[in-house]
Amino acid sequence: MNATFRNWALDENPSSRRQAAWGNWYRIWLNLRGNALGMIGLTIIAIFIGIAIFAPLLATHDPAMQDLGNRLAAPSALHWFGTDELGRDIYSRLLYGGRVTLGMVIAVVVLVAPIGLAIGCIAGYFGGIVDTILMRITDIFLAFPRLVLALAFVAALKPGVESAILAIALTAWPPYARMARAETLTVRGSDFIAAYRLTGGSSWRIIFRHIMPLCVPTLIVRVTLDMSSIIITAASLGFLGMGAQPPSPEWGAMIATAKRFIFEQWWVAAIPGIAIFCVSLAFNFLGDALRDVLDPKGN
Amino acid sequence: MNRRFKSLAATLSSVLLTLFGLTVLTFLIGRVMPVDPVIAAVGDNAPEDVILRVRAEMGLDQPIPVQFLHYLYQLAHGDFGMSVLTKNPVATDIVRFFPATFELATAALLLAALIGIPLGVWAAVRQGTFTDQAIRVVCLAGHSVPVFMLSLISLLIFYSWLDLAPGPGRQDIIFDGMIDTVTGILTIDTLIAGDFDAFKDALAHMAQPVIILAYFSMAYIARMTRAFMIDALKGEYVITARAKGLSLTKVIWGHAFPTVAVQLVTVMALTYAGLLEGAVVTETVFSWPGIGQYLTVSLMNADMNPVVGTTLLIGLIYVGLNLIADILYRVLDPRVQ
Repeated sequence: MNATFRNWALDENPSSRRQAAWGNWYRIWLNLRGNALGMIGLTIIAIFIGIAIFAPLLATHDPAMQDLGNRLAAPSALHWFGTDELGRDIYSRLLYGGRVTLGMVIAVVVLVAPIGLAIGCIAGYFGGIVDTILMRITDIFLAFPRLVLALAFVAALKPGVESAILAIALTAWPPYARMARAETLTVRGSDFIAAYRLTGGSSWRIIFRHIMPLCVPTLIVRVTLDMSSIIITAASLGFLGMGAQPPSPEWGAMIATAKRFIFEQWWVAAIPGIAIFCVSLAFNFLGDALRDVLDPKGN
Repeated sequence: MNRRFKSLAATLSSVLLTLFGLTVLTFLIGRVMPVDPVIAAVGDNAPEDVILRVRAEMGLDQPIPVQFLHYLYQLAHGDFGMSVLTKNPVATDIVRFFPATFELATAALLLAALIGIPLGVWAAVRQGTFTDQAIRVVCLAGHSVPVFMLSLISLLIFYSWLDLAPGPGRQDIIFDGMIDTVTGILTIDTLIAGDFDAFKDALAHMAQPVIILAYFSMAYIARMTRAFMIDALKGEYVITARAKGLSLTKVIWGHAFPTVAVQLVTVMALTYAGLLEGAVVTETVFSWPGIGQYLTVSLMNADMNPVVGTTLLIGLIYVGLNLIADILYRVLDPRVQ
């Protein structure tokens, strides 16, 4: 079966569009498999997603259950990573925190990637005044460091997960728009686009059906590399008390409460910190590898 | 020459537009706040007529466009409003807190460049080898740790366990109020005062936050340097220089690197702007009295004027740095026509 798929996918003369597409993806996968750091990243991300999905099955305790008689306990057989300042099991909280982080990251990407892509493609395709206006707006948002703008937005809205997602999304789309615009500019003048125009394809159809799909590989690389920055911004907002709010086991918020006893019970802060580090490093590894695989000239 | 002037004019006009956008954005952030600023100023139980009077005094009874013009007028006069928390004008606070951030960010940039550039060059020369991979991992790790985490770990190890570094803050209590503020940059002020113990103390306090910020931004510098150098090393003049028999060191630093240096100016400007962001978190952990800590403390107390003021200031610095980088690039690089 495996060998059949391999032969079918790697066929030099694909007989259908689907076969060609599968062949493309399969070649990318083969290239990626040869990149050690990329595979390490992919494995960690898979584990992280698995943990987030199956948190209720894997958790040993209720993440919200307090046990004040057993505060700040060191790691033991009962509490694998110890307990926090309210006697809650850190291991279980870490698992549930993964859900918060994963949810925030997905929400941001789902909001940001299509919007940034659409704005960039429209600006690049139409050019002229549309381009100028859209790119000036992009520049304004690019003129702030991400965290500072996100902080100001959250302060203006109301601290919480939803505001944090919205704030990060508002600060994250400009680079996508820039990237999509640059990609669009390179293909706008190509013959195949001109051919579509001659056959009567509307501008919107050309943009959404023929230009946007071409931006997807670059978009994937960009999103993967951006993930770590989104995770860190979300955690920083939580740490500064502007993201997920205390009862929530969000990793940044966990560190924020644990920093008061960092000198005595350091593991309470260190464990969520290690989790953030691993996940964000994994996304950086994978993104770096994907860039090599999908865009050889960009390296 | 004319063409160069024209493109400069285009850059300047786009900068002006961006600045205008910055003011619109900060104005909006300041208006859509969860707490009514009037209630925040006079309290919940204030009588109706007091609320109305204060609202009028704050100009909040005017239509939004009028309020915006008023905001622009105030900004043009360097007036960012009052801080409820410190009871000072925000502009005064910023002038007081900014030097500490400047000192931190500048020292971190210098350190990051000193380490990051040679690392990037080294990785480019040894492209594809184990050294290259090792440098890549070290750099990616620097970009994957939240700055607050590094700060906490560093305090735990070097302050609590090893007792090598001083605790949070900018100087020891014994030097508190001993040094006259001249520039606001403590390392310079202590030297002006001729107090070497205080100077050493200030340096010691800077070490941890500076090293952490430098590591954080070194990653970007090293990666960009590597990318630029790989391109530069492919140049035919490099091959010629090697064929002439020049040593590798001479070719790298004497021939290839100067062509890269100009591009690095832009990288430095962007890094510096990124450092301001890192400083917000680092200052909070290290109780460093800069604008980052000012921003977060104001945020936690829903004191919007300082939040808007600092955000605007950081935005201005960002735009300014980009403009400087752009101009330097045009001036320094003869290839830009």
